Amino acid sequence: MKKNTRFAVLSILVFLILAVAFLADKIVPYDPLSASLSDAFQAPGKEHYFGTDALGRDVFSRVICGATTSVYSVLILVAVILVVGTFLGIIAGYFGGAADAVIMRVGDMMIAFPDLILAMAIAGILGPSLKNSMIAIAAVSWTRYARLSRSLVLKIRNRTYISAAEISGSRHSRILMRYMLPNALPTMIITAATDIGTIMLSLASLSFLGFGIQPPTPEWGYMLSEGRTYILSSPWLLFCPGLAVFITVVIFNLWGDCIRDMIDPNATEKRRKKRRKRR
Amino acid sequence: MKKNRLVSRLIQMCVVLIGISFLTFLLTYLAPGDPATAMYDSLGITPSPEMLEQARQSMGLDKPFLQQYVDWIGGIFHGDFGTSFSKSAPVLDLLMKRLPATFRLALFSLGLMLIVSVPLGILSAVRQDGIADYIVRFLSFLGISLPGFLIGLILLYVFALKLGLVKVASSSVGMEQMLLPGITLAIAMASKYSRQVRTAVLEELHQDYVTGARARGMNQWEILFRQVLPNAMLPLVTMLGLSFGSLLGGTSVVEIIFSYPGLGILAVGAVKARDYPLIQGFVLWIALIYMVVNLLVDISYHYIDPRTREGENG
Repeated sequence: MKKNTRFAVLSILVFLILAVAFLADKIVPYDPLSASLSDAFQAPGKEHYFGTDALGRDVFSRVICGATTSVYSVLILVAVILVVGTFLGIIAGYFGGAADAVIMRVGDMMIAFPDLILAMAIAGILGPSLKNSMIAIAAVSWTRYARLSRSLVLKIRNRTYISAAEISGSRHSRILMRYMLPNALPTMIITAATDIGTIMLSLASLSFLGFGIQPPTPEWGYMLSEGRTYILSSPWLLFCPGLAVFITVVIFNLWGDCIRDMIDPNATEKRRKKRRKRR
Repeated sequence: MKKNRLVSRLIQMCVVLIGISFLTFLLTYLAPGDPATAMYDSLGITPSPEMLEQARQSMGLDKPFLQQYVDWIGGIFHGDFGTSFSKSAPVLDLLMKRLPATFRLALFSLGLMLIVSVPLGILSAVRQDGIADYIVRFLSFLGISLPGFLIGLILLYVFALKLGLVKVASSSVGMEQMLLPGITLAIAMASKYSRQVRTAVLEELHQDYVTGARARGMNQWEILFRQVLPNAMLPLVTMLGLSFGSLLGGTSVVEIIFSYPGLGILAVGAVKARDYPLIQGFVLWIALIYMVVNLLVDISYHYIDPRTREGENG
């Protein structure tokens, strides 16, 4: 498939996911929160497309509404990580010295952990909630962005045009906004786009462990963990939210890769050159 | 030269460790609700104000923050990580009892992953843009997009519950209990590694020495196994170190799904019960292991890759 067509198709799919997330409460056939015990554990069928759960809630409606929680929290989280990480990295790279040392050493500390451990500890200590699990993941993820943007800034830090700007009396804030940020931004955005899927999985893992959003709000990771108890009798409680996570992550991953290929011609160029060389 | 670098690495490690210990301590200090209340909560007792006061005193919570921190660190140097209040046992004992099971699971899944991903990665690189390459890349893409808990639950459903081939959730930790959790962890990692192996091998295949060897008429397989692979596998060593470290702490999801009695379950339980001493001990312990493993990886480079050795002498 041609690159542009692929991007168009994927963008439509991403748009669809966003639309579902946005309009969730308008399109669901049932109230995702209303329990009726007499309808519990109905297998998927005409009345309930994905069946019902232990409290008789409609699983299809819950999966759809779960999209709202998952998609929005992921997008906000990625945006926060992108802004904070990039900002701190640029500051560290541009000013150097004490700012650099403090920011990067704190970053080293965060990197000295397996991701999920620290996130778990933070989410657990602050108390389980969607906000706290987002804080936890942001706390462990910003370092990669800071390192990357710092290295991008260091690359141009000593170029002549930066010195010229400094000598001619530009303020630091102006140099940062006019030269440093635009220089780092494309790479940072690509990284963020390819990261959406991974971060969605981390959030789902945390809520699967019970450190994320609290019931009764529908969320895919937590639905999976609830459904675990009934795995033998009602497997649809697992497979429906599981499939939802999977499809969403696949689409976001493909979309991110596609954006990377489009914005970063280097990657494709190199690949093509190598291929030619091989022949 | 080498000794100097080792010493500076060790000092760096200590600094980071102290930073981490301070951070975890600060975090529990700032956490809502105090440990004394949390302790009684986990015991299911509603404490009177006097009981709380007494507990605070015996836990040293009435002292100033820095004093508390120094006391805690001092204890750790004597091998005393404090006492878990949800399990009423020394933290170190609890960790040590669970460590071997997680350790074995981590090694097992790493081994499994290597057996799968290295041959697939090589195949995919050698047959670049061929059918095999597309299949491998497709599978690895699927593996990356599947959450670990979903893979685990599917395996559990199919093999343990529907087909009854494997028994899970018993108190012993033999081969049978390790099989499904091991496979679950291995699938997720294998997708990442086969990509990595593919990239590394491809990169080496385009080096001039390969063209040279081909021009001299060397057998393609001989080039691959004698020249390309040893070079391509180097970056893998670093990745393996990182993976091993994160496996030691990051298997919680899988351990919970398969009721595998390792560190992960202990940690999740500790976090749920707000068992601060246990959380702090666990976090510090994992960070220490993670850093030691990475240090060992760096040192092993010295032996595996002669180039780093020369760089140090020159």
